[in-house]
Amino acid sequence: MSVPLGNALAADNYLNHEKGWRSWLFTLDHKRIGVMYLVSILASFLLGGIFALLIRMELWTPGRTIMDAHTYNQMFTLHGAAMIFLFIIPGIPAALGNFVLPLMLGAKDVAFPRLNLLSYYLWVVGALLALVSIVTGAVDTGWTFYTPYSTTTNTSVISMTLGAFILGFSSIFTGLNFIVSIHKLRPPSMTWFKMPLFLWGLYGTAIIQILATPVLGITLLLLIAERALGVGIFDPALGGDPVLFQHFFWFYSHPAVYIMILPAMGVISELVATFSHRHIFGYRFIAMSSIAIAVISFLVWGHHMFVSGQSNLASLIFSILTFLVAIPSAVKVFNWIATMYKGEVELATPMLYALSFLFLFGIGGLTGLFLGALATDVHLTDTYFVVAHFHYTMFGGTAIAFFGGLFYWWPKSTGKLYKEAWARLGAFLIFIGFNTTFLAQFLMGAQGMPRRYYNYLPEFAPYHKVSTLGAFILAVGFLIAAATLVHSLFAGEPAPANPWGAATLEWQTTSPPPHDNFPTQPEPGDPYEVDKWVYDPAARGYVLVPAAASAGRA
Amino acid sequence: MHAAHSSEAHLAHHFPGVKAQFEAGKLGMWIFLATEILLFGGLFCAYAVYRANHPEIFIYAHRYLDNLLGGINTAVLIFSSFTMALAVRAAQLGRQKALQRLLSATIACGFVFLGIKYVEYEHKWKEGLLWGKRFKPVHEEKAAPREVPPPKALTWVNPEERSTLAPPADPPAGLAVRPAEAHGEHIVPQNVQLFFSVYFVMTGLHGIHVVAGMIVLSWILLRARLGEFSAAYFTPVDLAGLYWHLVDLIWIYLFPLLYLIH
Repeated sequence: MSVPLGNALAADNYLNHEKGWRSWLFTLDHKRIGVMYLVSILASFLLGGIFALLIRMELWTPGRTIMDAHTYNQMFTLHGAAMIFLFIIPGIPAALGNFVLPLMLGAKDVAFPRLNLLSYYLWVVGALLALVSIVTGAVDTGWTFYTPYSTTTNTSVISMTLGAFILGFSSIFTGLNFIVSIHKLRPPSMTWFKMPLFLWGLYGTAIIQILATPVLGITLLLLIAERALGVGIFDPALGGDPVLFQHFFWFYSHPAVYIMILPAMGVISELVATFSHRHIFGYRFIAMSSIAIAVISFLVWGHHMFVSGQSNLASLIFSILTFLVAIPSAVKVFNWIATMYKGEVELATPMLYALSFLFLFGIGGLTGLFLGALATDVHLTDTYFVVAHFHYTMFGGTAIAFFGGLFYWWPKSTGKLYKEAWARLGAFLIFIGFNTTFLAQFLMGAQGMPRRYYNYLPEFAPYHKVSTLGAFILAVGFLIAAATLVHSLFAGEPAPANPWGAATLEWQTTSPPPHDNFPTQPEPGDPYEVDKWVYDPAARGYVLVPAAASAGRA
Repeated sequence: MHAAHSSEAHLAHHFPGVKAQFEAGKLGMWIFLATEILLFGGLFCAYAVYRANHPEIFIYAHRYLDNLLGGINTAVLIFSSFTMALAVRAAQLGRQKALQRLLSATIACGFVFLGIKYVEYEHKWKEGLLWGKRFKPVHEEKAAPREVPPPKALTWVNPEERSTLAPPADPPAGLAVRPAEAHGEHIVPQNVQLFFSVYFVMTGLHGIHVVAGMIVLSWILLRARLGEFSAAYFTPVDLAGLYWHLVDLIWIYLFPLLYLIH
């Protein structure tokens, strides 16, 4: 089989196949939709990041530093809502997954390209409604919209929840598209256990998106009906029950944290296998643990409500079920470590992010056990310990994996190589900045600093100052990472087809891929048989070993 | 030859064949229906919680619903499912005239359903039997429940003992518990408006789905008139049919849960 080599930028590819803004806005090409998602999602990340820096600046001193208490409430709500609904939930599936999934399947597109474009525009509409709510009296409820406060505050809850409702549909359609694509567009020779693990992660994610998101949808509709019409289903004055809102909300929003982490784990499986230059260890265990996490994720929502007026028996059961999540999560981590063991670990930028993930997600996961245990949770509920815990899992886990994946697939999607040294510096600063920001929050949380407070006792001031400094180191790290990527677009070297030596199908087409994805249809085999690829200095990338040579070597 | 041609014409470039494309469409629709069930699932769950916690509200308030109109509507929707199934069959056999007639009949059933629903809603509107905050019964005599003997199993318990919830801030006039009747048969429980909140949210969301289904079917009818469907290509008819059946099915659960409470 002939292997397409590098320097394909001059040739026809998906970026120059059609020209003009219409060819982007009305495109049905999953690669272009993925790129549009990427740009939009990164813009949301920037917005959410600016809110985060403003929060940290306000917390530099007790009392007023740069804004009043009401503005501060709006800031942390908008930070949470933007990061969760606009960045983390769609981040990996919609931006990276959209680009990579059909390529990994050796397919030409996702099953429903028009639905794919529709889900992008639903995302845009949802994001615009969220922006409208910022302009017209930003929400101050926290991203959880708990009743009865959310039904009585005079900020623009309706446009924000309507935005989240529409974003939910965007998420549902992406999940639907991915499930059907994996079922119906997989080539006959790619059996379930020959699929790349990223696809297993996306499949588990899609199951949760489909089964959990509609429940958030109806919850937000009821909240809107409550505010607009006074339906009273969550209003105790009218016979309703506000705790029911919390049950509904977390029935979605707990599985939603696995919508965030499962695709991230899929990315990490790819990164660890590729940069250890070794076959992934325990393929079936990693694959099935994704499904196990997806199933258990539906049974643990009550652990958000240990102090909300839930029966002790229910809390006990939810606590036990919560501990179960640790098993498939640990299965993955141990298999990744076993993959690296005796591998040729190459510390390229994506691998630095993957190693950061292992470290940060390890801390995030283990501190989750403190919160899942009833006795310690009562002490830690609504403190900075919780804030630090979910930032270690969501940011240290999902966002770090997202940026690892971004640097990993960047040469494939843009056809350009970035400056490795600068990219590594960015990854390093992000790691340092992240730990500085959030380790301090664990410490002050354990000592009783409540989350979401505008003011605090003077003894917490040193922790807040360290945390704020860390946030700025983090920001510098992201600026360097962003500058590296933008620089590569204009001045990067052309990327070879397979710069990393990975064996999944997306590396068996040109960088960037042609409009129809593959110049010659690739033959799916074992996605982690990296021995078949050797570095070729002439191509500045990896090429397939001729069959005879590989047989001779064996 | 013509049939083969028309099916190939609808084949998208990324599918290996017509069969794979049809199966993908069908799988996608079933997954979408699963999301619809979960959307209503939240409401069914709220219904179950409130009915279990406050059975007296549901037993008292359901008598304000009109079983006859609800029953007719159930029959209308079941009949429309029948015409829809026949429409899919007609599409599969390539019978264009029958397809158009059956689709029209299905849409007409949708109008009948909405018309009857309008009569029911209007009656409640006039009586002030609305949701939550808007619950203000106007005609006490007219709004009184039909003469149905109260079930023997139900013993009225003081709401403060049954429920941990606060009593309503402003009990609706005429419906508050009258101490003199505390052991009588016509006891009006607290928070009757909760039943009407559940009723209007569930039937309202279902009504929106009926309208959506009618819009989809009208679009299918338009395409059928343009002769787009044949024995070789009928996927959209099939998928729209699945959606319509689900909308019917949800009503088949709503009717006994809201109207036929004992």
